[in-house]
Amino acid sequence: MPVVELTGVSHQFGEGSARRTVLADVNVRFSESRVGVVGANGSGKSTFARLLNGLIIPTQGDVAVDGLSTARHGREIRRRVGFCFTDPDAQIVMPTVGEDVAFSLRSSDLSKEQVAERVAQVLGQFGLADLADRPSHLLSGGQKQLLALAAVLVSEPNLVVMDEPTTLLDMRNSRMIGEYVSGLDTQVVLVTHHLELLESFDRVLVFDEARLVCDDTPAAAVEHYRRLMG
Amino acid sequence: MNDLGLFVPGSSPVHRLPAGVKLGALVALGVASILLEGVVAIVVGLIVMLGLFGLAGFTPLLAWRQVKPLRWILLFIAVFQWWARGWEAAVDVVGVIVLLVLAASLVTLTTRTSALVDVIVVVLRPLRFLGVKPERVGLLIALGIRAVPIAVGFSAEVRDAQRARGLGPSPRAYAAPLIVKSLRHADAVGEALVARGME
Repeated sequence: MPVVELTGVSHQFGEGSARRTVLADVNVRFSESRVGVVGANGSGKSTFARLLNGLIIPTQGDVAVDGLSTARHGREIRRRVGFCFTDPDAQIVMPTVGEDVAFSLRSSDLSKEQVAERVAQVLGQFGLADLADRPSHLLSGGQKQLLALAAVLVSEPNLVVMDEPTTLLDMRNSRMIGEYVSGLDTQVVLVTHHLELLESFDRVLVFDEARLVCDDTPAAAVEHYRRLMG
Repeated sequence: MNDLGLFVPGSSPVHRLPAGVKLGALVALGVASILLEGVVAIVVGLIVMLGLFGLAGFTPLLAWRQVKPLRWILLFIAVFQWWARGWEAAVDVVGVIVLLVLAASLVTLTTRTSALVDVIVVVLRPLRFLGVKPERVGLLIALGIRAVPIAVGFSAEVRDAQRARGLGPSPRAYAAPLIVKSLRHADAVGEALVARGME
C-alpha cells in the first residue's frame, strides 16, 4: 500500500483579517489499507482529504505519497490518488455513464477497443453494465455515486480518497457504497459522518478545530469523537 | 425519451452514420438555409426533417419537444417579422430556425457526445499553431451538453423553494439563487476536473 506522509502541515484560507486556519500542524504517516477520517463540520477533514491528491497545496509543511510531494509532482500524484466527492453531479462530466468512465482513460495509452473493454469491465464490477448508455442525470443518487467511484477506479489509482461519499444518500445506498468500498483492493481514505462504515477499518483519524486530535483504532477513535461531540 | 436533445441509444441508419458526416451535414444545412425561401420550401424541409426523425426511430412528439422550449421566442420573432416584413418573411425566418433546431437536435439525439467531441478535436487540430487546444474545446462542448440537465434541475429546485416559501414569480428572487448555485457547481466541477487529472 502507498505510504502517505504529512509533515508539519498547516493550511490557511483567505487574506488579511479574513485569514482563517483550517488545518494546524498535522503530522501523520500511514500505509494501512483502510483509513477513516471523522470530525465535526469545519474541523478540517475535507481540507485534509484534498491535500492527499494535491487539490490543495498546504501553506506550510509537506504532503507526500510514496515519497512524491504533492506540491512538486501534482500530475503524477493525481494519477496515483483518485478522489471521490460528496456530490457526484459535480464529478460526472460526460452526458452518459459509459462516456464518463471512459473520460478517465482519455490520456492513457489504451486503444479505443481496450478503453471500451476496460469500461465495460468496471461498469460490470459496479453493477452499472446495463446503464452504459443511460444519461447520467437520470441515475439515482446511489447509482451516481457508484458511477463516480467507477470513474475513479477505472484508471487504477493506488489510493482512493473519498470525501463524505454517503452524505447525500439514504441508508440503503450508503450501505451499498460501504460494501463496494470494503471490497476494493485499493488503499482507501474515507471521510465520513457514517461511523458504522468505519468499523472494519484499520485506523481512524479524528479532527477537531483544525487539529488532528486522535489517531487510533476505529473503536477508540469513534469513542473519542463521540466524547468531543458531547 | 428526453426533451433536452441528449443522446438516445439506437441502431437506426441515422444513428449509424459517422459523427463527422452528421456534423458536416448540419453545417451544410446551416449555410444552405440562407437560400431557403418560400412556404413550399420550408414545408418540404420540415417534412424531410420529420422523416429523418422517423428514420431514427423518433416520434413527431419528440421533435416537438426539441422546439417547445423556444415557442415564445419563436412567436415573438414571427410577430415582429410579420409586422416589419410581412407574413412570408415570418414563415421563412421561423421555419428556418425550427428546421435548424430540429437538425441540431437530431445530431445530438443520435450521436454520442464523445463521438462529437472526437470530430471537433480532429477538425480543430490544424488550429493548434494559433494556440487553440482542441481537447480543451472538445471538453468544453461535452461539459456544456452535460450542464443542460443540471441547469434545468437547478431551475426546478429554485422554483420549488420559492413556491415552498409562498413567494410569487419574481425574476430577481429566481435569478439570484440560480446564479449562485450555478457558480458553485462550476467551481465544484473545476475542482473535480483537476482531481480527475485535467490540468
